Amino acid sequence: MIPGNFDYHRPGSVDEAAALLGRLGEDAKVLAGGHSLLPMMKLRLAEPKSLIDLGAIAELRVIREKDGVLQIGAMATEAALIASDLIRRHCPLIAEAAALIADPQVRNRGTIGGDIAHGDPGNDHPAIMLALGASFVLRGGKGERVVAAGDFYRALFETAMKADELLVEIRVPALRPGTGASYQKLKRKVGDFAIAGAAAVIGIKDGRCGHAAIALTNVGPTAVNAEAAAALLVGKAIDEALIGEAAKLAMSACAPTADLRGPVEYKTRMAGEMTRRAIREALKRAKGG
Amino acid sequence: MAKQKIALSVNGKKIEASVEPRTLLVHFLREELNLTGTHIGCETSHCGACTVDLNGMSVKSCTVLAVQADGGDLKTVEGLAAGGKLHPLQEGFMQEHGLQCGFCTPGMLMRGYRMLQENPNPSDEDIRWGLSGNLCRCTGYQNIVKSVQYAADKIRKEGAPKP
Repeated sequence: MIPGNFDYHRPGSVDEAAALLGRLGEDAKVLAGGHSLLPMMKLRLAEPKSLIDLGAIAELRVIREKDGVLQIGAMATEAALIASDLIRRHCPLIAEAAALIADPQVRNRGTIGGDIAHGDPGNDHPAIMLALGASFVLRGGKGERVVAAGDFYRALFETAMKADELLVEIRVPALRPGTGASYQKLKRKVGDFAIAGAAAVIGIKDGRCGHAAIALTNVGPTAVNAEAAAALLVGKAIDEALIGEAAKLAMSACAPTADLRGPVEYKTRMAGEMTRRAIREALKRAKGG
Repeated sequence: MAKQKIALSVNGKKIEASVEPRTLLVHFLREELNLTGTHIGCETSHCGACTVDLNGMSVKSCTVLAVQADGGDLKTVEGLAAGGKLHPLQEGFMQEHGLQCGFCTPGMLMRGYRMLQENPNPSDEDIRWGLSGNLCRCTGYQNIVKSVQYAADKIRKEGAPKP
Protein backbone atom coordinates (compact mmCIF):
# COMPACT_ATOMS: atom_id res chain seq x y z
CA MET A 1 0.00 0.00 0.00
CA ILE A 2 1.50 3.27 -1.14
CA PRO A 3 0.01 6.74 -0.69
CA GLY A 4 -1.02 8.81 -3.69
CA ASN A 5 1.34 11.47 -4.98
CA PHE A 6 1.87 14.67 -3.06
CA ASP A 7 4.30 17.55 -2.70
CA TYR A 8 6.34 17.37 0.48
CA HIS A 9 7.25 20.42 2.54
CA ARG A 10 9.37 20.43 5.66
CA PRO A 11 9.34 23.90 7.19
CA GLY A 12 11.91 24.77 9.83
CA SER A 13 9.74 27.10 11.91
CA VAL A 14 6.12 27.67 12.94
CA ASP A 15 6.06 30.93 10.92
CA GLU A 16 7.15 29.10 7.81
CA ALA A 17 4.64 26.29 8.39
CA ALA A 18 1.79 28.76 8.95
CA ALA A 19 2.70 30.67 5.77
CA LEU A 20 2.77 27.43 3.76
CA LEU A 21 -0.56 26.33 5.16
CA GLY A 22 -2.03 29.77 4.42
CA ARG A 23 -0.89 29.46 0.81
CA LEU A 24 -1.83 25.80 0.22
CA GLY A 25 -5.03 25.83 2.29
CA GLU A 26 -7.40 22.90 1.97
CA ASP A 27 -5.21 21.07 -0.53
CA ALA A 28 -2.63 20.51 2.18
CA LYS A 29 -2.53 18.26 5.22
CA VAL A 30 -0.27 18.78 8.20
CA LEU A 31 1.94 15.78 9.02
CA ALA A 32 2.74 15.29 12.71
CA GLY A 33 3.70 11.74 13.77
CA GLY A 34 1.90 10.33 10.76
CA HIS A 35 0.42 7.30 12.50
CA SER A 36 -3.16 8.24 11.62
CA LEU A 37 -2.58 10.26 8.44
CA LEU A 38 -0.16 7.93 6.63
CA PRO A 39 -2.38 4.84 7.07
CA MET A 40 -5.33 6.90 5.77
CA MET A 41 -3.25 8.01 2.80
CA LYS A 42 -2.21 4.42 2.10
CA LEU A 43 -5.87 3.41 2.03
CA ARG A 44 -6.57 6.50 -0.11
CA LEU A 45 -9.05 7.72 2.50
CA ALA A 46 -6.94 10.87 2.42
CA GLU A 47 -5.32 12.17 -0.77
CA PRO A 48 -3.80 15.55 0.05
CA LYS A 49 -1.98 17.36 -2.75
CA SER A 50 0.62 18.60 -0.31
CA LEU A 51 2.03 17.48 3.04
CA ILE A 52 3.48 19.96 5.50
CA ASP A 53 5.73 17.95 7.81
CA LEU A 54 6.19 19.59 11.22
CA GLY A 55 8.95 17.11 12.13
CA ALA A 56 11.81 19.58 11.78
CA ILE A 57 10.34 22.31 14.02
CA ALA A 58 12.17 21.87 17.31
CA GLU A 59 10.15 24.57 19.14
CA LEU A 60 7.00 22.44 18.75
CA ARG A 61 8.51 19.63 20.83
CA VAL A 62 9.14 21.72 23.95
CA ILE A 63 7.28 20.96 27.20
CA ARG A 64 7.36 23.67 29.88
CA GLU A 65 5.47 24.97 32.87
CA LYS A 66 4.56 28.60 33.46
CA ASP A 67 2.43 30.07 36.25
CA GLY A 68 0.80 26.74 37.06
CA VAL A 69 0.03 25.87 33.45
CA LEU A 70 1.71 23.10 31.50
CA GLN A 71 2.53 24.22 27.96
CA ILE A 72 3.00 21.19 25.78
CA GLY A 73 4.32 21.60 22.23
CA ALA A 74 1.98 19.95 19.75
CA MET A 75 4.79 17.77 18.38
CA ALA A 76 5.70 16.24 21.77
CA THR A 77 5.53 12.49 21.20
CA GLU A 78 3.69 10.07 23.47
CA ALA A 79 7.11 8.72 24.48
CA ALA A 80 8.22 12.27 25.39
CA LEU A 81 5.09 12.80 27.53
CA ILE A 82 5.81 9.56 29.40
CA ALA A 83 9.44 10.57 29.98
CA SER A 84 8.71 14.18 31.03
CA ASP A 85 9.43 15.05 34.69
CA LEU A 86 7.32 18.22 34.34
CA ILE A 87 4.29 16.20 33.29
CA ARG A 88 4.87 13.61 36.02
CA ARG A 89 5.00 16.43 38.57
CA HIS A 90 2.14 18.67 37.41
CA CYS A 91 -0.26 16.34 35.64
CA PRO A 92 0.74 12.67 35.78
CA LEU A 93 -2.58 11.69 34.19
CA ILE A 94 -1.25 12.73 30.77
CA ALA A 95 1.76 10.43 31.08
CA GLU A 96 -0.33 7.56 32.41
CA ALA A 97 -2.78 7.86 29.55
CA ALA A 98 0.00 8.13 26.96
CA ALA A 99 1.35 4.80 28.18
CA LEU A 100 -2.03 3.23 27.29
CA ILE A 101 -1.79 4.40 23.69
CA ALA A 102 -0.57 2.02 20.98
CA ASP A 103 2.88 0.43 21.49
CA PRO A 104 6.50 1.57 22.01
CA GLN A 105 7.29 2.13 18.32
CA VAL A 106 4.09 4.06 17.65
CA ARG A 107 4.58 6.15 20.82
CA ASN A 108 7.99 7.19 19.45
CA ARG A 109 6.26 8.84 16.49
CA GLY A 110 2.70 9.66 17.53
CA THR A 111 2.24 13.14 18.99
CA ILE A 112 -0.20 14.73 21.43
CA GLY A 113 -1.05 17.43 18.88
CA GLY A 114 -1.83 14.92 16.16
CA ASP A 115 -3.97 12.87 18.54
CA ILE A 116 -5.95 15.99 19.52
CA ALA A 117 -6.26 17.68 16.12
CA HIS A 118 -7.21 14.56 14.16
CA GLY A 119 -10.70 14.60 15.71
CA ASP A 120 -10.94 10.81 15.98
CA PRO A 121 -13.24 9.92 18.92
CA GLY A 122 -11.14 6.76 19.40
CA ASN A 123 -8.10 8.83 20.35
CA ASP A 124 -7.42 9.09 24.07
CA HIS A 125 -6.14 12.64 24.59
CA PRO A 126 -9.39 14.44 23.66
CA ALA A 127 -11.37 13.07 26.65
CA ILE A 128 -8.41 13.67 28.95
CA MET A 129 -8.11 17.26 27.73
CA LEU A 130 -11.85 17.82 28.30
CA ALA A 131 -11.59 16.47 31.84
CA LEU A 132 -8.48 18.53 32.61
CA GLY A 133 -9.97 21.75 31.24
CA ALA A 134 -7.18 22.16 28.70
CA SER A 135 -7.05 24.71 25.92
CA PHE A 136 -5.43 24.62 22.52
CA VAL A 137 -3.33 27.33 20.87
CA LEU A 138 -4.10 27.59 17.16
CA ARG A 139 -1.87 29.51 14.80
CA GLY A 140 -3.25 30.84 11.55
CA GLY A 141 -2.52 33.54 9.00
CA LYS A 142 -4.03 36.19 11.29
CA GLY A 143 -2.09 35.20 14.35
CA GLU A 144 -2.91 33.04 17.33
CA ARG A 145 -6.14 32.18 19.09
CA VAL A 146 -6.85 29.94 22.06
CA VAL A 147 -9.79 27.51 22.01
CA ALA A 148 -11.00 25.60 25.07
CA ALA A 149 -11.08 21.82 24.66
CA GLY A 150 -14.81 22.00 25.37
CA ASP A 151 -15.35 24.18 22.28
CA PHE A 152 -12.94 22.32 20.01
CA TYR A 153 -14.75 19.16 18.94
CA ARG A 154 -17.66 19.68 16.56
CA ALA A 155 -18.42 16.31 14.92
CA LEU A 156 -16.70 13.12 13.76
CA PHE A 157 -13.26 14.24 12.48
CA GLU A 158 -14.44 17.84 12.67
CA THR A 159 -12.85 20.43 14.93
CA ALA A 160 -12.89 24.19 15.41
CA MET A 161 -9.65 24.48 13.42
CA LYS A 162 -9.83 26.36 10.14
CA ALA A 163 -8.08 25.11 7.01
CA ASP A 164 -5.22 27.57 7.50
CA GLU A 165 -4.71 26.88 11.20
CA LEU A 166 -2.10 24.78 12.96
CA LEU A 167 -2.34 23.38 16.48
CA VAL A 168 0.89 24.56 18.08
CA GLU A 169 0.47 24.16 21.84
CA ILE A 170 -1.67 22.43 24.43
CA ARG A 171 -2.19 24.27 27.74
CA VAL A 172 -3.16 22.23 30.75
CA PRO A 173 -3.67 23.74 34.23
CA ALA A 174 -1.53 21.84 36.74
CA LEU A 175 -3.59 19.74 39.14
CA ARG A 176 -4.26 21.62 42.38
CA PRO A 177 -3.56 20.04 45.76
CA GLY A 178 -6.55 17.98 46.88
CA THR A 179 -7.32 17.03 43.30
CA GLY A 180 -7.04 13.53 41.86
CA ALA A 181 -7.31 12.32 38.28
CA SER A 182 -7.65 8.96 36.61
CA TYR A 183 -8.08 7.52 33.12
CA GLN A 184 -9.57 4.06 32.68
CA LYS A 185 -9.44 2.42 29.28
CA LEU A 186 -10.94 -0.91 28.29
CA LYS A 187 -9.39 -2.43 25.19
CA ARG A 188 -9.24 -5.79 23.50
CA LYS A 189 -5.46 -5.99 23.47
CA VAL A 190 -2.35 -3.88 23.97
CA GLY A 191 -2.21 -1.16 21.35
CA ASP A 192 -5.90 -1.13 20.51
CA PHE A 193 -8.25 1.81 20.59
CA ALA A 194 -10.64 1.89 23.54
CA ILE A 195 -13.87 -0.10 23.58
CA ALA A 196 -14.74 2.64 26.05
CA GLY A 197 -12.62 4.96 28.17
CA ALA A 198 -13.32 7.42 30.97
CA ALA A 199 -11.29 10.29 32.41
CA ALA A 200 -12.25 11.72 35.80
CA VAL A 201 -10.83 14.69 37.70
CA ILE A 202 -12.11 15.17 41.25
CA GLY A 203 -11.26 17.92 43.71
CA ILE A 204 -12.06 17.40 47.39
CA LYS A 205 -12.52 20.15 49.98
CA ASP A 206 -13.59 19.47 53.58
CA GLY A 207 -14.68 15.95 52.63
CA ARG A 208 -16.95 17.11 49.83
CA CYS A 209 -16.48 17.28 46.09
CA GLY A 210 -15.53 20.84 45.16
CA HIS A 211 -14.74 20.20 41.52
CA ALA A 212 -15.52 17.36 39.11
CA ALA A 213 -15.06 16.68 35.41
CA ILE A 214 -15.77 13.45 33.53
CA ALA A 215 -15.17 12.77 29.85
CA LEU A 216 -15.47 9.62 27.74
CA THR A 217 -13.51 8.07 24.86
CA ASN A 218 -14.91 6.29 21.79
CA VAL A 219 -18.59 6.26 22.74
CA GLY A 220 -19.81 9.03 20.45
CA PRO A 221 -18.89 10.99 17.33
CA THR A 222 -16.49 13.05 19.46
CA ALA A 223 -15.06 12.67 22.93
CA VAL A 224 -18.05 13.03 25.28
CA ASN A 225 -18.08 15.64 28.03
CA ALA A 226 -20.28 13.98 30.67
CA GLU A 227 -21.21 17.26 32.33
CA ALA A 228 -24.36 16.02 34.08
CA ALA A 229 -22.45 13.15 35.67
CA ALA A 230 -19.79 15.54 36.95
CA ALA A 231 -22.33 18.11 38.17
CA LEU A 232 -24.07 15.43 40.25
CA LEU A 233 -20.91 14.92 42.32
CA VAL A 234 -20.21 18.59 43.11
CA GLY A 235 -21.05 19.67 46.64
CA LYS A 236 -21.59 16.14 47.90
CA ALA A 237 -19.60 13.57 49.86
CA ILE A 238 -18.91 10.92 47.22
CA ASP A 239 -19.95 7.36 48.10
CA GLU A 240 -20.59 4.21 46.07
CA ALA A 241 -24.28 5.02 45.57
CA LEU A 242 -23.46 8.45 44.18
CA ILE A 243 -20.74 6.98 41.94
CA GLY A 244 -23.35 4.57 40.55
CA GLU A 245 -25.75 7.42 39.83
CA ALA A 246 -23.01 9.44 38.12
CA ALA A 247 -22.10 6.42 35.97
CA LYS A 248 -25.74 6.14 34.88
CA LEU A 249 -25.73 9.80 33.81
CA ALA A 250 -22.45 9.21 31.94
CA MET A 251 -24.02 6.24 30.15
CA SER A 252 -26.98 8.36 29.08
CA ALA A 253 -24.53 10.78 27.43
CA CYS A 254 -23.09 7.95 25.27
CA ALA A 255 -23.98 7.43 21.62
CA PRO A 256 -21.55 4.75 20.39
CA THR A 257 -21.82 2.89 17.10
CA ALA A 258 -21.64 -0.90 16.92
CA ASP A 259 -18.48 -2.31 15.33
CA LEU A 260 -15.91 -5.08 15.87
CA ARG A 261 -15.34 -3.75 19.39
CA GLY A 262 -18.91 -4.58 20.35
CA PRO A 263 -22.58 -3.66 20.19
CA VAL A 264 -24.01 -0.36 21.42
CA GLU A 265 -25.33 -1.70 24.71
CA TYR A 266 -22.02 -3.33 25.66
CA LYS A 267 -20.00 -0.22 24.86
CA THR A 268 -22.43 1.96 26.81
CA ARG A 269 -22.27 -0.28 29.87
CA MET A 270 -18.50 -0.45 29.66
CA ALA A 271 -18.40 3.36 29.55
CA GLY A 272 -20.41 3.25 32.77
CA GLU A 273 -17.98 0.81 34.38
CA MET A 274 -14.95 2.84 33.25
CA THR A 275 -16.62 5.92 34.75
CA ARG A 276 -17.11 4.15 38.10
CA ARG A 277 -13.48 3.03 38.16
CA ALA A 278 -12.16 6.44 37.11
CA ILE A 279 -14.17 8.28 39.80
CA ARG A 280 -13.09 5.80 42.52
CA GLU A 281 -9.42 6.12 41.57
CA ALA A 282 -9.53 9.92 41.17
CA LEU A 283 -11.24 10.19 44.56
CA LYS A 284 -8.63 7.98 46.20
CA ARG A 285 -5.87 10.13 44.74
CA ALA A 286 -7.62 13.37 45.72
CA LYS A 287 -7.60 12.11 49.30
CA GLY A 288 -3.88 11.44 48.97
CA GLY A 289 -4.15 7.68 48.48
CA MET B 1 5.91 14.25 -8.85
CA ALA B 2 9.39 15.58 -8.52
CA LYS B 3 11.78 13.33 -6.69
CA GLN B 4 13.44 14.67 -3.62
CA LYS B 5 17.06 14.22 -2.57
CA ILE B 6 17.72 12.60 0.78
CA ALA B 7 20.96 11.81 2.60
CA LEU B 8 21.15 9.49 5.56
CA SER B 9 23.34 6.95 7.27
CA VAL B 10 22.24 3.32 6.95
CA ASN B 11 24.12 0.79 9.06
CA GLY B 12 27.02 3.22 9.28
CA LYS B 13 27.19 3.83 5.53
CA LYS B 14 26.37 7.24 4.04
CA ILE B 15 23.61 7.01 1.46
CA GLU B 16 22.35 9.63 -0.97
CA ALA B 17 19.27 8.97 -3.04
CA SER B 18 16.37 10.56 -4.88
CA VAL B 19 12.94 9.40 -3.78
CA GLU B 20 9.34 10.23 -4.49
CA PRO B 21 7.90 11.86 -1.36
CA ARG B 22 5.32 9.08 -1.13
CA THR B 23 7.94 6.33 -0.88
CA LEU B 24 7.68 4.58 2.46
CA LEU B 25 10.89 3.96 4.34
CA VAL B 26 10.41 0.19 4.24
CA HIS B 27 10.06 0.22 0.45
CA PHE B 28 13.10 2.45 0.12
CA LEU B 29 15.15 0.01 2.19
CA ARG B 30 13.96 -3.09 0.39
CA GLU B 31 13.69 -1.89 -3.18
CA GLU B 32 16.26 0.88 -3.51
CA LEU B 33 18.93 -0.35 -1.12
CA ASN B 34 18.18 -4.08 -1.49
CA LEU B 35 18.09 -4.44 2.29
CA THR B 36 15.34 -7.04 2.35
CA GLY B 37 15.89 -8.10 5.95
CA THR B 38 13.27 -5.56 7.04
CA HIS B 39 9.96 -7.28 6.37
CA ILE B 40 6.61 -5.90 5.30
CA GLY B 41 3.89 -7.52 7.38
CA CYS B 42 0.59 -5.76 8.01
CA GLU B 43 1.55 -2.38 6.45
CA THR B 44 -0.70 -0.70 9.01
CA SER B 45 1.74 -0.19 11.92
CA HIS B 46 0.37 -3.07 13.97
CA CYS B 47 2.67 -6.06 13.48
CA GLY B 48 6.14 -4.57 13.95
CA ALA B 49 7.87 -6.80 11.35
CA CYS B 50 9.22 -3.63 9.69
CA THR B 51 10.76 -2.22 12.89
CA VAL B 52 14.07 -0.40 12.39
CA ASP B 53 16.15 1.90 14.57
CA LEU B 54 15.95 5.57 13.51
CA ASN B 55 17.94 8.17 15.45
CA GLY B 56 18.14 5.89 18.47
CA MET B 57 14.45 5.01 18.51
CA SER B 58 12.47 1.99 17.36
CA VAL B 59 10.06 2.91 14.59
CA LYS B 60 7.81 1.04 12.19
CA SER B 61 9.24 1.75 8.76
CA CYS B 62 5.92 1.04 7.00
CA THR B 63 4.55 4.21 8.59
CA VAL B 64 7.46 6.56 8.03
CA LEU B 65 8.17 8.25 4.71
CA ALA B 66 11.69 7.91 3.34
CA VAL B 67 11.85 11.73 3.15
CA GLN B 68 11.17 11.88 6.90
CA ALA B 69 14.37 9.89 7.47
CA ASP B 70 16.42 12.54 5.63
CA GLY B 71 19.50 13.42 7.69
CA GLY B 72 18.84 10.47 9.97
CA ASP B 73 20.89 7.64 11.39
CA LEU B 74 19.26 4.32 10.52
CA LYS B 75 20.05 0.79 11.59
CA THR B 76 18.41 -2.29 10.11
CA VAL B 77 18.76 -5.97 10.93
CA GLU B 78 21.57 -6.19 8.36
CA GLY B 79 23.60 -3.90 10.61
CA LEU B 80 23.23 -6.03 13.72
CA ALA B 81 26.00 -8.60 13.25
CA ALA B 82 29.47 -7.04 13.41
CA GLY B 83 32.90 -8.32 12.49
CA GLY B 84 31.48 -11.63 11.25
CA LYS B 85 29.93 -12.33 14.64
CA LEU B 86 26.24 -12.56 15.38
CA HIS B 87 24.82 -9.98 17.79
CA PRO B 88 23.98 -11.54 21.20
CA LEU B 89 20.30 -11.14 20.32
CA GLN B 90 20.71 -13.12 17.11
CA GLU B 91 22.63 -15.76 19.02
CA GLY B 92 19.90 -15.79 21.68
CA PHE B 93 17.11 -16.31 19.15
CA MET B 94 19.11 -19.25 17.74
CA GLN B 95 19.96 -20.84 21.08
CA GLU B 96 16.54 -20.37 22.65
CA HIS B 97 14.50 -21.22 19.55
CA GLY B 98 13.04 -17.69 19.44
CA LEU B 99 11.64 -18.17 15.97
CA GLN B 100 9.81 -20.67 13.86
CA CYS B 101 8.83 -19.22 10.48
CA GLY B 102 11.12 -16.22 11.05
CA PHE B 103 8.91 -13.60 9.48
CA CYS B 104 8.62 -11.41 12.59
CA THR B 105 12.25 -11.97 13.63
CA PRO B 106 13.93 -8.92 12.05
CA GLY B 107 11.43 -6.66 13.82
CA MET B 108 11.83 -8.56 17.11
CA LEU B 109 15.62 -8.26 16.87
CA MET B 110 15.59 -4.54 16.11
CA ARG B 111 13.09 -3.77 18.87
CA GLY B 112 15.08 -5.99 21.24
CA TYR B 113 18.27 -4.16 20.25
CA ARG B 114 16.86 -0.80 21.31
CA MET B 115 14.96 -2.13 24.32
CA LEU B 116 18.11 -3.60 25.86
CA GLN B 117 19.74 -0.18 25.63
CA GLU B 118 16.71 1.46 27.24
CA ASN B 119 16.65 -1.21 29.94
CA PRO B 120 19.68 -3.52 30.20
CA ASN B 121 18.18 -5.53 33.08
CA PRO B 122 14.62 -6.28 32.02
CA SER B 123 12.24 -8.60 33.81
CA ASP B 124 10.23 -11.01 31.64
CA GLU B 125 7.31 -8.63 32.12
CA ASP B 126 9.42 -5.67 30.91
CA ILE B 127 10.33 -7.63 27.79
CA ARG B 128 6.72 -8.44 27.04
CA TRP B 129 5.74 -4.76 27.37
CA GLY B 130 8.79 -3.70 25.41
CA LEU B 131 7.89 -6.04 22.56
CA SER B 132 4.16 -5.28 22.71
CA GLY B 133 4.33 -3.65 19.28
CA ASN B 134 5.68 -6.81 17.65
CA LEU B 135 3.44 -9.72 16.78
CA CYS B 136 4.56 -13.35 16.39
CA ARG B 137 2.10 -15.99 15.18
CA CYS B 138 4.37 -19.03 15.80
CA THR B 139 6.13 -19.03 19.12
CA GLY B 140 3.60 -17.91 21.69
CA TYR B 141 6.33 -15.41 22.73
CA GLN B 142 7.73 -17.65 25.49
CA ASN B 143 10.94 -18.40 23.63
CA ILE B 144 11.26 -14.85 22.36
CA VAL B 145 11.33 -13.63 25.98
CA LYS B 146 13.99 -16.26 26.75
CA SER B 147 16.00 -15.19 23.70
CA VAL B 148 16.04 -11.56 24.83
CA GLN B 149 17.01 -12.64 28.36
CA TYR B 150 19.86 -14.70 26.85
CA ALA B 151 21.12 -11.59 25.06
CA ALA B 152 20.70 -9.36 28.12
CA ASP B 153 22.72 -11.84 30.15
CA LYS B 154 25.46 -12.11 27.54
CA ILE B 155 25.72 -8.32 27.15
CA ARG B 156 25.94 -7.91 30.94
CA LYS B 157 28.79 -10.43 31.09
CA GLU B 158 30.70 -9.47 27.97
CA GLY B 159 29.57 -5.91 27.19
CA ALA B 160 27.67 -4.70 24.13
CA PRO B 161 29.26 -5.61 20.82
CA LYS B 162 31.02 -2.79 19.00
CA PRO B 163 28.87 -1.64 16.07
